[in-house]
Amino acid sequence: MKKVAVVGVGETNFSGPQEKTGVELLAEAATEAITESNLKPKDIKALFVGNVLGDFAEGQGMVQAFAAENIGCLYVPANRYEGACASASMAIRDAFMWVASGYYDIVLAGGVERAATMGTGLATRTFAMFSDARYEYPAGITFPAVFAMLTHLYADTYKIPLQKLREQMARVSIQSYNHGSVNPRAQFFGKNASMPVEKVLGSFMVATPLTLHDCCPFSDGAAAVVLASEEAAKKLTKKPVFITGTGQSSCGPLSNQSDYLPRIRAREISSRRAYEMAGVKPGDIDLCELHDCFSIASLIAAEGLGFFEYGKAGEAWEKGQADIGGKIAINPSGGLKSKGHPIGATGAGQVYEVVKQLRGEVEPARQVPDARVAMTDTLGGDGGTLVDMIFQRGW
Amino acid sequence: MGHKLIFKDYNEALKNNRLLGLKCQSCGAITVPPKIACRQCAGQDMEITELRGNGKIRTFTTVFVAAEGRESEIPYTIVMVELDEGPWIMGNLETTDPKAASMELIGKRVKMENRVFPGDKYSAGGGARPLFDLVR
Ligand SMILES: [Zn+2]
Repeated sequence: MKKVAVVGVGETNFSGPQEKTGVELLAEAATEAITESNLKPKDIKALFVGNVLGDFAEGQGMVQAFAAENIGCLYVPANRYEGACASASMAIRDAFMWVASGYYDIVLAGGVERAATMGTGLATRTFAMFSDARYEYPAGITFPAVFAMLTHLYADTYKIPLQKLREQMARVSIQSYNHGSVNPRAQFFGKNASMPVEKVLGSFMVATPLTLHDCCPFSDGAAAVVLASEEAAKKLTKKPVFITGTGQSSCGPLSNQSDYLPRIRAREISSRRAYEMAGVKPGDIDLCELHDCFSIASLIAAEGLGFFEYGKAGEAWEKGQADIGGKIAINPSGGLKSKGHPIGATGAGQVYEVVKQLRGEVEPARQVPDARVAMTDTLGGDGGTLVDMIFQRGW
Repeated sequence: MGHKLIFKDYNEALKNNRLLGLKCQSCGAITVPPKIACRQCAGQDMEITELRGNGKIRTFTTVFVAAEGRESEIPYTIVMVELDEGPWIMGNLETTDPKAASMELIGKRVKMENRVFPGDKYSAGGGARPLFDLVR
């Protein structure tokens, strides 16, 4: 396998409903990534694009082909990936594989979504399509309900009083809000900083015990990255960020995961593969953009990735161990909670962030000092798709 | 090899309060809802078995924000129940006061009936789901 580097990244603002179409959003993120890579559209050999619900959001399927043509990448192969919220990470991992194989030297990967444009009712309905349509949806499952049930199960499994757990979860949301408030591309840029615990706990109930401030928003946005072989990367940038490990895993409906819940077994398998490929351990990771669709999801993810012991992540957040300057910096972008969660683009947004962090190019208030090894973790559905990737400085 | 039991037949039985599962002839594990392969050993030699529908609540939530088309149902309580035969299954809790659902539900014994979701424009038909009642 050849070494593969990220040579350029691009991203639109993540936000509420946007005026631009999905094709336009993706094309703008892609053009920024291509320009940052010192490339022209004709240099891109293939496109790999995450998009989950374009069909429902704006009646647009096959967004990848239209975006390729829009930006001037004419007649290249263009593939769409659908793994719910992990779609863009799947796209980037496959793009990595194609470059690593030597078949392509330069490819573009990313994703786009207009989930905010759909509104809460349709977005809630369509997101629930990533639970089992026959054996879970009839009971009225929604995404908040999945993580709400995991919250109660977490409290029971680790014998943490629910109120104490909810206060720990509030700390997760508060940290994410603080980081997102100083990220100009975040949905909650300039908002929600220093939110008191009481305000998190007291906001309206979505699915017990998760309140509005435990939940990520619906978001519109796009992100893209250019991947290149080591030889090609050398000619394009002085700061290539190498993808040194990847893992992906799948599994069935939530109830079939009962042997492990509230742990997400697919994540443990996916991340172990990524660690083994990269030859690093959880303790080597300086920062991680992980899948915090709900506050409890951060705790479950940080434990599954090996950063904290099972049942102890909440304490870690309380002590600042999951913050910049702590044991590991988690979601310095603001994460899904505060940067936003345009589901088909989310994984590419995570990669955008870790590449900028490793290059030392983010706002000083949220820059992880001397970051050298970074990780992304993206979860689709209720654990049905997991993708983990490790990134290291190439200079 | 095909399915020994498919959704259509599982669903028809569930509408009559009969919970069908599959018993693995290799490892003895019960798989429900139905699949081609055993959820424990991935073996495909399974026979249909009727489960009793008894179990205990392992977790729950009460939902206040509905999906499009299901606004009239909120608030409602979803539970994951560990069946006496081993598997967990998702369903609803029969309760007059979903807002009162609390951690005290965890571990409580339940007995299964069913309620039918009639389906919506996306779902290619409806489906029954377990409706659990607390055993008092
Ligand atoms: Zn078996």
